[in-house]
Order: sequence, then structure tokens, then C-alpha cells
Amino acid sequence: MPSFVKNPKDFLAGLLFVVVAGLFAFGIADLPIGTAFRMGPGYFPMLLCILLAALGAVIMLNGIAVEAEPIKNFAWRGLLNIVLPIVFFGATLRGLGFVLALGIAVFGVSIASTHFRTRTALLNTALLVFFGWLIFIWGLGLPIQVWGPWVGGY
Amino acid sequence: MDFNVITNLGMGFEQALSLANLFYCFLGVLLGTLVGVLPGLGPVATIAMLLPITFQLPPTSALIMLAGIYYGAQYGGSTTAILINLPGESSSVVTAIDGYKLARQGRAGFALFTAAVGSFFAGTVATFLIAGFAPPLAAVALSFGPAEYFSLMVLGLAASVALAHGSLIKAVAMVVLGLLLGTVGQDLYTGTPRFSFGMTELADGLEFIALVMGLFGIGEIIRNLEDETERSVFAQKVASLIPTWSDFKATINPIVRGTGLGTVLGILPGGGAMLSSFAAYSFEKRIAKDPSRFGKGAIEGVAAPEAANNAGAQTSFIPMLTLGIPSNPVMALMIGAMIIQGIQPGPNVITEKPDLFWGLIASMWVGNVMLLVLNLPMIGMWVKFLTVPYHLLFPGIVAVCCIGVYSVSNNAFDVYTMAFFGVVGYVLVKLDCEPAPLLLGFVIGKMLEEYLRRAMLLSRGDPLVFFQRPISAVLLILAIAALVIVLVPSISKKREEAFRE
Repeated sequence: MPSFVKNPKDFLAGLLFVVVAGLFAFGIADLPIGTAFRMGPGYFPMLLCILLAALGAVIMLNGIAVEAEPIKNFAWRGLLNIVLPIVFFGATLRGLGFVLALGIAVFGVSIASTHFRTRTALLNTALLVFFGWLIFIWGLGLPIQVWGPWVGGY
Repeated sequence: MDFNVITNLGMGFEQALSLANLFYCFLGVLLGTLVGVLPGLGPVATIAMLLPITFQLPPTSALIMLAGIYYGAQYGGSTTAILINLPGESSSVVTAIDGYKLARQGRAGFALFTAAVGSFFAGTVATFLIAGFAPPLAAVALSFGPAEYFSLMVLGLAASVALAHGSLIKAVAMVVLGLLLGTVGQDLYTGTPRFSFGMTELADGLEFIALVMGLFGIGEIIRNLEDETERSVFAQKVASLIPTWSDFKATINPIVRGTGLGTVLGILPGGGAMLSSFAAYSFEKRIAKDPSRFGKGAIEGVAAPEAANNAGAQTSFIPMLTLGIPSNPVMALMIGAMIIQGIQPGPNVITEKPDLFWGLIASMWVGNVMLLVLNLPMIGMWVKFLTVPYHLLFPGIVAVCCIGVYSVSNNAFDVYTMAFFGVVGYVLVKLDCEPAPLLLGFVIGKMLEEYLRRAMLLSRGDPLVFFQRPISAVLLILAIAALVIVLVPSISKKREEAFRE
């Protein structure tokens, strides 16, 4: 963080809003804006982009002007260990099937905790997969394969 | 209360007392109590997790169950607040202050009984109030044109911003971000895809359930993993629940006052259970003959906030049911549930779906009876649930989120969307940006755009139309006033104090 930033939370939040506003503005650049009378598809979103960018800029300035405490204990371990298994679940559910995709994802998620113990996590995973199957597939009849084509299912 | 209300309520009870709806009401309050007891799992995340399951249910049953989760959670949260000083919900934070002190003095039973009776009384009053006030309000709303609706939504958003924690300008920015995310997908008038960034999955817009589960479910889990100090559960035996007559008398007035305050604050846009309980506590403290008793086990400090949070939780349904405008994240989810069921929320619901409307209202009272009868004997069991450590609990929450969000349309893209918004939710919280205003903006986004465009078409592009129509002008002035008041230094100082308590 550059030294002129006194409040990194505000500065980064403002920066985030400005960047998102820019991204969205870019996304509708080729849509017709129209007039206030007959608004095109781009009119309302463009209005919001301008508003968001302005608000973001003010928040950024605030981050430079007013002193505040820095961001503390960002949970990198938690973040990665939660998000990656979820993406894994989405990517492999069709291929591996319910049991393996959910089992591996849930076990992976368990590692996010500092209280992780291999044996309890394995037991917990087995229980969750079983109850997940019981409630969602056997009970509610969701159309998800139990074993996917990658592991011999069909 | 006129005759019509009574016949309508009768019809509602017929709906609510059908065997299937009784079951879903029971399931709702049971699940609600459970998540209320468990810290780190709130009603918003729970309702989002269960939304996919309610697809298969008839609309009335679905809404009855989801509503049960909301007010059931208020109830469960107070149980743990009193017994082990651990508020399960933000709305029961103040209950813990005096409730836990009472428990330490060996009067846990009295405190629990007061909380239960207070909630029940407040729930009953709120139910009849909704029955009496919602229809006339909806009738007024039927005369609203697009300009009025636009201004009403702006007022709702402004009020929710004014009542959010922390920085006002950040809350406004979050609303705008939510509105912007809401515009993703096809344009209503021309069908042009917007913000699809080349992804066909985005043509229909961002999946509502994926967004909520990410922001409130996954994001919350990551935040909880920052600090994993194990909670020590120390629950003492609960002695007799029934208080003496003089004890009971001391709770009557605070319960009535809390109910009144909660009812009013619940109706306000941006209000709801949490604000009601905070306001009721500070009000009781102010009017008490001896304010120093508060914080040392004053029964008023339990009775009034508990009545208020239940009243507020229920009356916050009024703007949702009559105007189709959510006043808090839970109501935003209820609106999402209605849209998924093919019901357009708004003033027409009362006339077009009377069975749903009155059935839902009657079920609230039925649910309150269930809470009273079921929960007092089951307190010991609820406390046992707290001994489940969080590191065994959260993988289950993640599993339910994954399966639930996938099942919405059997699409892996929704799972990725959820993961993405999990990261977004966590990062925003770390930057001191509350995600609740974003959700309200997201739900209202498309409606707001539609009413804006219609109003401008009718006025031939003259933006002054919003100030020329009297109702619209009043609503907009109120919205501006809500924001300005918060900015006035003396009040903003008080607001900070209120949130710190």
C-alpha cells in the first residue's frame, strides 16, 4: 500500500467501486443509450456506472484523507480452501458423480479449519455424503448421477 | 377491525391449518430455531439454502415454511443469548446483556419464560395488525403509477442505507453496485443481452440464489474461519419456568412497549428485527426509574427487546406483501421466492392470491403457538446442539450450498457464480462494506429500471414528473430527508453509539 494512503479499507473499497464501474461501462459501450424519453438498454446501467464511479472516487479520497486502522488477519487459508473445492465440485460433478465430487470437495473444505484432523474430517465427510445422498437424491430425487462416467458410471 | 378481515382470516386459518401446511410451518420454525441457536448461520443463508427445495412445493406452503424460518430464528437466537451469553442472531445481542446476568443469578427459567411469552404476545399483535393494515395499504398502492413506484423504491433503498452499519457513502455505493448487478441479463424492452461478457450463461442475468448463497453463506463461513476460538458451552440446569405473579407483573408493561416499538420499526423500510430490539432496549433503559439495574439482570432488558424483535420480524412483511418492496435481506429473499413461484409481488397479491396472502398471515400465528409449545420443553436439546464444533459444521453448510445451487437449473455455472460471490462477499466485509444493501439493490434493480423507463415515457422524458405528482414528491423528499438526517453530526454520533452498544 503506498504511503499516502491513510485508510486502506476505504481506499481499496473506493478503488474497487471505480474499477467495477469502469468494467460495466466497458461492457455496455456498444449498446444504444437512447434519450431520457425513450431509454435504450444502456441508459439506466450507464447512469448507475457514472454514479458508482463518482461514489467510489469520493470513498478513495476519504481513504487518503482520514486515518484509520489497517486490514487485519485476512483469511487466505480459509478463502482458498473454501472456494477451490466449490469450483472443483462444479467442474467434476457431471464427470465423477455425486459421491466423489461432493466427498472430495467436502474433505477439501475441511482443511480450511485450523482444527483439521484427518480422521474426524474423513468421518465427517462420509457422514455428509451419506446424508446428502439420502436427502437430495433418494429423498428429493434430484437428477444427479451417484457415480459419473469417469469412474465407470453411465 | 371490520367483518371482512375476520372472514378473510378464517379463510387463512383454513389454509394454515391444513395438514401439509401445518407440517411445513412446523419444519420452518424448527429449522429456524436451529439456525437461531447456531451462531455463524443466520436466517438469510438458511433461507437461501432451502429456496431450491421449495421449488417443488405449492407457493403457499413454500412461503409459510420460509417465513417460519425467519421468526423461528429470532426465537432460537434468544435462547442461547440467555443461557450461554452467545447471541445466535444479531437481533438477540441486546437480550444477552441482561438475560445472561439473570441466568447467572439462577433465574434462567424466568428469563426464558419472559422471552417466550413476550415473543408470543408480540407475534399475536403483529399478526392481527398485518391482517388489518395490509389490505387498505395495498388498495392505496393500486392507484400508484410508475412514478410513485419508482419513488417508493428509492425511499426503501434510502432508508435501508440510513439504517445500515458504518459508513453511509459506502452503503450507498453498495446499493448502486447491487442495482448494477441486477441489470445483468436481457434488457426488458428490446431483449438485448447486457453485460454478458461473452458468456451465454449470463443472458438470463445472475442467478439470485447463487448470489445470496455466495455473499451470505460462503462469505460468512470464510469470515468465521478467521478466528476459530472454540466456544465453551456451559449450560446450567434450568429451574422452574413459571415465574411468581409479582415477577410476571413486572414484565407486562415492557412487553407491551416493546411490541409497540417493534411493530412500528418493522414496517419502516430498512427496519426489522434487529433495529427493533436495539431500540426497545435503549428505550427501556431511558424510561427506567433506576437505569443502573440494566446490565445487571433487569427483566425489562429481556422482555422489551424480545417482544420487539418478534413484532418487527413480522410487521416487516407488510411492505413486502402490499407493495412488493423488500425492507431487509430476508424480505428480499421472500420476494425472490415469490418470483420463482411465478407470483408477481405487489398490491395485486391480496386480490389475486387471497389464499396465499391470508394463509401466510394465519400461519404466522400458528407458528408462534408452535414455538411456544415446542421450544420451552426442548431448550435442553437446543443447547446440546451448540456442542457441535464449528469445524465439523461448516463443511456441511458448504455441501448443502453446493448441491442446492447446482439443483436450481442443473448448471455448474451457478456453482462458480456462488464461489465468485463468496470471495466478493468476504472481500467487501473486510473493506467494511455491509453486503445487505447490495442484496436489496440487486432484487429491486430490474423493477426500478422498468418503473423509471415507464415513468419517463409517460412524461415524455421530463424528469420533473417525480416531483410533480404529489405522492411521488413526498416519498422522494422523505428519502432525501432520511439520508440528510443521518449526515447531521449530532445524529450521526448517536447512530454510531446505538450500533456500538
